[in-house]
Parts: sequence; C-alpha cells; structure tokens
Amino acid sequence: MEYFFELFLGGLTRGSIYALIALGYTMVYGIIELINFAHGEIYMIGAFTALIVASLLTMAGMDGMAVLALSMVVAIIYAGAYGLTIEKIAYKPLRQAPRLSPLISAIGMSIFLQNYVLLAQTSDFLPFPSLVPEFSFMEPYEHIFSSSELMIVVVTAVSMLVLTYLIKFTKMGKAMRASAQDRTMAMLAGINVNRIISTTFIIGSTLAAVGGVLIASHIGQINFYIGFIAGIKAFTAAVLGGIGSIPGAVLGSLVLGWTESFATGYVSSDYEDVFAFTLLVLILIFRPAGILGKTKTQKV
Amino acid sequence: MLKIDNIKTFYGNIQALKGVTIEVSEGEVITLIGANGAGKTTTLMSISGVVPPRSGEITFQGEKIHKKSPDEIVKLGISQVPEGRRIFPGLSVMENLEMGAFLRTDKAGIKEDLDYVLDLFPILAERKSQAGGTLSGGEQQMLAISRALMAKPKLLLLDEPSLGLAPLIVKRIFDIITKINQEHNTTIFLVEQNANMALQVAHRGYVMENGMITLVDDAKKLAANEEVKKAYLGI
Repeated sequence: MEYFFELFLGGLTRGSIYALIALGYTMVYGIIELINFAHGEIYMIGAFTALIVASLLTMAGMDGMAVLALSMVVAIIYAGAYGLTIEKIAYKPLRQAPRLSPLISAIGMSIFLQNYVLLAQTSDFLPFPSLVPEFSFMEPYEHIFSSSELMIVVVTAVSMLVLTYLIKFTKMGKAMRASAQDRTMAMLAGINVNRIISTTFIIGSTLAAVGGVLIASHIGQINFYIGFIAGIKAFTAAVLGGIGSIPGAVLGSLVLGWTESFATGYVSSDYEDVFAFTLLVLILIFRPAGILGKTKTQKV
Repeated sequence: MLKIDNIKTFYGNIQALKGVTIEVSEGEVITLIGANGAGKTTTLMSISGVVPPRSGEITFQGEKIHKKSPDEIVKLGISQVPEGRRIFPGLSVMENLEMGAFLRTDKAGIKEDLDYVLDLFPILAERKSQAGGTLSGGEQQMLAISRALMAKPKLLLLDEPSLGLAPLIVKRIFDIITKINQEHNTTIFLVEQNANMALQVAHRGYVMENGMITLVDDAKKLAANEEVKKAYLGI
C-alpha cells in the first residue's frame, strides 16, 4: 500500500510539472490556435536563469528559501520577457499567414533557442543545487514523498488557484476568454487582442519557468535539451485533456503523470513512454477532442 | 459625422469594395441595402477597422480613422453589432455586457447604461448568469445590441439584426432601434437584407451592388423606386 502511495505521489509531482507547462500550450492554442513549440525552451531557459542566479547568490553567501525565492523571481521575469519576445518576433508578423507558417516558425524558434543555450552554456549536464530545504515535519515521510516534491505540488496548486482567479474574475481574464471564443468580436468590443495575446504568452511563460526551476532543483541537473523532452510530454498532456481547455490541461497532465508513475513502478521504467503514448493514442481514438475538449462544429 | 470617401477594400486579392462613398449626419438613421455578397458587411468591417481599406479615407467627427485599430475606433464612439450576433458563447450574459464596456472606466456611467439596457430588454436581467451560447436567437440579438450600447456609442453599426428571427421579434428589434435613435440621439448605420423593414425605420438609404453604391435617396423615395421595389422589396 505504501508503494502505491509512493507511486501516486510521484505521479502527482510529475503531473504538476506537466500541468505548469501544459497550461502555456493550451492557453496560447485557445487564443491563436498555434502550437507554440518553443514553449518547452522557455521552461529550459527558466531553469538556466535560476541556476545562474542561485549560483551567484550562493557565492554571495545566501542560502535556504531566499535563494529559491529570488532565483524563481528572476527566472519568471526572464522567461516572461522571452515569451513576449518570441511572440513578437516569430508569431505576430505571421498572424494573417496560413496556419502552417507560424507552426514552422515555432519549430524554428525552438531549435534556435536550444542551440543558443547550447552555445552560450554547454552541451553537458550541469549540476543544479537543491534549492528546497528539507522540512523537518516531512522527515517521517521523506522516503515516499520528499520536501521538494511537496514544494512542487503546493506551488503548482497555488499557481492554478491564482490562474483560475485571474481568468474567471478579472477583466483581463474575461477579455482573454472572450478573445479565445471569438477574436473578431473581441476586437469589435474594443479589446486590444494583440495585448491579450502578449499577456497570454507572458502568463504561460511564467508558469513554465516556475516548473523549470522546481523540477531542476528536484532532479539536480539540467542541460539545453530538457525543454524539448518536457515540452513534448506537456504537449501530450494538453492534447490528452483537450487542447484549448485549461481544466483539461491540468487533468490531462495528472492522468499522464500517474500513468507514467504507475507504469514505471509496476512494470518497468523502460516502458514509461510506451504507456504514456499508448494512452494518448487510445484517447485520441475514442475521444478525438481530448478528455475535456469540445468537438467544434465548423460552419461553412 | 461619418464620411466614407471612395474606399477600396480587399480580402487578399479579391476586391470587395470598389470605391464606396457614404455620408452619415449626426442623429440620422441610414440603411445600406443590397444582395448577398454586395459588400455590406465589408463596409462595416472597414469602418470598424477589422478589415481596413487599402485606399480611400474614412473620417469620423473630423478625425481620420481608416488607419486606426479596432479598439481605437471603439474608443472614439463607434460600436458594431456584427452579423450573426457573435455572442461570446462561454461568457455569461453579464460578462458579455461587461466586455461591451471594456474600454470604459467610468463606473457610474457603466452602471447607468447597464440599467438602461436591462430596462430595454428585461429578459436579459432574468438570464444574467446564463452562458451567452444558451440564449435563443432573439435573446442573443438583444444581448448583441445591448453589448454594443454598453460602449456608449455615438454611432451604432448594425449588421442584419433581423437575420433568422421570427417576424414578431424583428418588429420589436426595429422598434428598439428607433427608440435608441430617438432617446439617445445615437446615429444609426443599419445594414439589412430585409429592405422593407429597413426603409421604414431609416431616414435615408443606400443601395449597394457588387462593391459599389448604385443608389442614394430618402428612404421613402427609395421604397417607392421601381427598380428597388423589383429587386429588393419583392413587389
């Protein structure tokens, strides 16, 4: 039973990280129907920024939660700026272009960012300091659920609550939903849709950066390629839950996290991806729009 | 108040407007009638800045607006009730109305206009927390008009408000349009296929064919015009 809990909590942690990244995919898709393939790279850049800041702070003699908090803040700002810039450079000029063009631009951006970090940093794995201190109250459970896993789950839950509040109750959030439902009408209502799109990219990037910092600190090493892997998984989770749907992205991420965790625990870690993608294929066969996705009837 | 001067608008390589000139004075109700595909909706979208004209000029209260963005144009006082109503389906009735007032910051004024539209269409108050997509066609049209009014427009553009509605509701909608014009001195630019109804409420009318204006006259004279009768009134 304890083993089951361990896998369950492990899956929850994985799912949380996927959710933080998947939200960026799904929100951007919801508004401009673009798969932002460079989104995983934002996650990776967030982790690298945090590594640099954390190293500097540690050298300056700081430690504990302050390092985590500060490097997280800098990573968020940095990643937000990247998200905004990517949108302005790679997608905005292609707003009126056929749908394939921004998609190709996104893939190009992704490759560019990976190689930029590869050249600016290194291709080797870099050790990442463990930024989350070990909480004493977690000691009895440490063997099944570590402090940093707890931190991941809590921070994700708080982020989700804040995001839900933003989207449901603020004027900006309502305008985001309006723009996702009917972009032309949003323009006619006086909503500056370009600004809404930029905000969406910033929010998505912020969440990805939070995920990047937390997971890097948990795993203890990063390289330029982590964004690609995590990005593909999170994208899978977003599709699983129904791309464009925010609750869908969270649900899809948790389902994917648990599938992987249980497959690893009960079968073999070699089969983790097999199970994850088999699940994706099955969902797409029986519910093509994803778990919570709505099938859109297209008017002709 | 609004001066459209020889505008030419394109969708890609397809020219939808081939030099359209329309003038609207303050307080007027004008109608633009014409067949499907004549370019009526494009004219409105050009005014609103969604599909800006490639050449020609649009002036609103002395200010050139043909290069402005849609939100700047709304801010100047032009709002549109688009064809097909385009209610935000996942937003509640109240949220739809809020979006209409997106650019306004005068809380008291917004409240006042909200009361006004809910008084105009009491059914919307009953449905206020319901999702916009669950309303009937007539209710959606009422919501679309209310949403546009929430921007406190000086000029209201209406695109086929009668489309797909029962005759009784069409009559009510047109009564309300007249009422808005008289009570608020809101200038109205009405695009219609239901030429009969439109010419009854409008002061002046324009007839459009293939992206060009072919006739301009008083609404009453247009309604009596033999060609208009044959082509648009079905008499």
